[in-house]
Amino acid sequence: MEKFLPNILFAVILIAGGGYFAMNVRKLIRNIKLGKDVDRSDRKNERWKNMAKIALGQYKMVRRPLSGILHIVVYVGFLLINIEMLEIVIDGLFGTHRVFQPLIGNGLYGFLIGSFEVMALLVLVAVIIFWLRRNIEKVKRFWNKEMQGWPKNDGNIILYFEMVLMSLFLIMNATDVPFQEAGAGNVISQFIAPWFSGFSAEELHVIEKGAWWLHIVGILIFLNYLYYSKHLHILLAFPNTFYANLKPKGQFTNVEAVTKEVQMMMDPNADPYAMPEEGEDEGEPEKFGASDVTDLNWVQLMNAYTCTECGRCTSSCPANLTGKELSPRAIMMKTRDRVEEVGKNIDANGGEFKPDGKQLLDDYITREELWACTSCNACVQECPIGIDPLSIIMEMRRYLVMEESSAPQELNMMMTNIENNGAPWQYSQMDRLNWKDE
Amino acid sequence: MNVPTMADMMAQGKQPEVLFWVGAAGSYDDRAKKITRAFVKILQQANVDFAVLGTEESSTGDAAKRAGNEFLFQMQAMTNIEILNAYEVKTIVTCDPHSFNTLKNEYPGLGGKYKVYHHTQYISKLIKDGRLNIEGENLKGKRLTYHDPCYLGRANNVYETPRDLINQLGVKSTEMKRSRSTALCCGAGGAQMFKEPERGDMDINILRTKDALETNPQIIATGCPYCNTMMTDGVKFHLKEDQIVVKDIAELIAEANSL
Repeated sequence: MEKFLPNILFAVILIAGGGYFAMNVRKLIRNIKLGKDVDRSDRKNERWKNMAKIALGQYKMVRRPLSGILHIVVYVGFLLINIEMLEIVIDGLFGTHRVFQPLIGNGLYGFLIGSFEVMALLVLVAVIIFWLRRNIEKVKRFWNKEMQGWPKNDGNIILYFEMVLMSLFLIMNATDVPFQEAGAGNVISQFIAPWFSGFSAEELHVIEKGAWWLHIVGILIFLNYLYYSKHLHILLAFPNTFYANLKPKGQFTNVEAVTKEVQMMMDPNADPYAMPEEGEDEGEPEKFGASDVTDLNWVQLMNAYTCTECGRCTSSCPANLTGKELSPRAIMMKTRDRVEEVGKNIDANGGEFKPDGKQLLDDYITREELWACTSCNACVQECPIGIDPLSIIMEMRRYLVMEESSAPQELNMMMTNIENNGAPWQYSQMDRLNWKDE
Repeated sequence: MNVPTMADMMAQGKQPEVLFWVGAAGSYDDRAKKITRAFVKILQQANVDFAVLGTEESSTGDAAKRAGNEFLFQMQAMTNIEILNAYEVKTIVTCDPHSFNTLKNEYPGLGGKYKVYHHTQYISKLIKDGRLNIEGENLKGKRLTYHDPCYLGRANNVYETPRDLINQLGVKSTEMKRSRSTALCCGAGGAQMFKEPERGDMDINILRTKDALETNPQIIATGCPYCNTMMTDGVKFHLKEDQIVVKDIAELIAEANSL
């Protein structure tokens, strides 16, 4: 029995880690579904293509070459080294040691592990450069207002995780005496092995086992950290690019409920006093625009969870660049914070949301931010994974104007002019053609 | 200028090949009116059979929509669509990227389906069809930089057509550090044109004009009446109005052709 203790312990940790993560994924999906429905089931081929190009292919990352290429290194390293996870899980469960080595032969095994080692080193270097860019070079987009406190720590914690995991992987190989003696695949770890030359074979075995355990436990902790961090993008980038808007960026949605009302108003045969027909359920009158996260659609909420706070949007936003309050990244972060709050409220109240006197508007996103937007689409263009902060800003403006009539005074004047004389300025419609004779 | 209206045309039982959507700025703004007139001269030189709506034209509702007033937008849209459809309009050209975007992308869902051109696209088509040439050497060797209007560029992916036209002017064109899809907004979009900016440390048009000044231009070219206003104000702010002019591509072509 004692012999199987490590295997049982491993299985328990694996199930606990996987189970807790699955629970949080369920919560994540529930929260995203708090959003309104929006149909993104069209143009499937284009959607798959976008996902392959933008998420899998990292196509938009290299718009900024340095951070883009470094990111691709980390991403490819992450994917490759996860193949090694399969062996680790089998070894852990069955008490084997490098189970694939005899199965696929020393040559192929050595090649695979060798490339993992190279990737691990490259990832380590890239992650250290990322850390330097954040903390020493202080790249401006990591130091905006919304990046203080937790978001700043979150960014660094992820980098520390990656540094430690990569180091453990290399140490584990370096202290694996038979692996080093076989001399296949230890392309990087052979240079680390001499650091441990003072240890006896038994001590080395303990270090190797220790690194092995810390590595797998570290990965499970990291997996479970995702839900609480900005790092969810490693999973959500895929559905997010799949369901992203495919229409021209300049095309804003036409609100259907408004269309119905305007058609009624313009129909000369419509009876303005008509009673609803027998059995016709009018339902709740539709709320226009968004004042809280449940007024947004599920893609917008998924956008919020997908955002990894890189700040490319904010660093290209004309309003932010000129010192205005608006930051498209902050719009996404605040939306996520509010969805999380609503989700926790639902959990705490037995599955039902209990009004908490708060909403996305004012309690999270201010009017000043919303009115500073020029709708220029730079944020949408820059996002490497298809997040659309502009659509949230527009929904909230709609609420402000159509539900609260609280646009800035000058905009009210502009709209009154359009209503009265068909132009944003106060000129007579009869003068529209004067230019031809001037 | 001889500018026929759709009503005139209809009275004569004629259907023009294209409707010129002038837009509010092009109709009322003194600076933008010059762009309108320059474009009409180009249409006339190319013998294009065009007409305008004149007093029957009304705001597309773009500014209202971007300000959040979907009601007003759709009222405007449906009224305009009724008129456009009554005249059986098939093709529209406009000098305003905002009208272009709204007519092209947002009207179809409300029943207004037209082939919509930005004037740079239409001019380019006239040249391709052999109906127009960019001839003169009036602008030869002048230093020029082109500012991408957001609603033409990012919003609708029209980056190269205006540049192709500029290349035919014989000017020496230099790109700003932020151009095409990374171009910085002039600050007018999203209904900002009609309000004071929120508090900050600079106005957006000042920053964008700085981008342009870095290329040491004599001409800042653009394809939007609102960008034109913003960049003109920016040039004045930087006290460069003696050295730099802000021009629409239509005006430059009219100038090249001595119209």
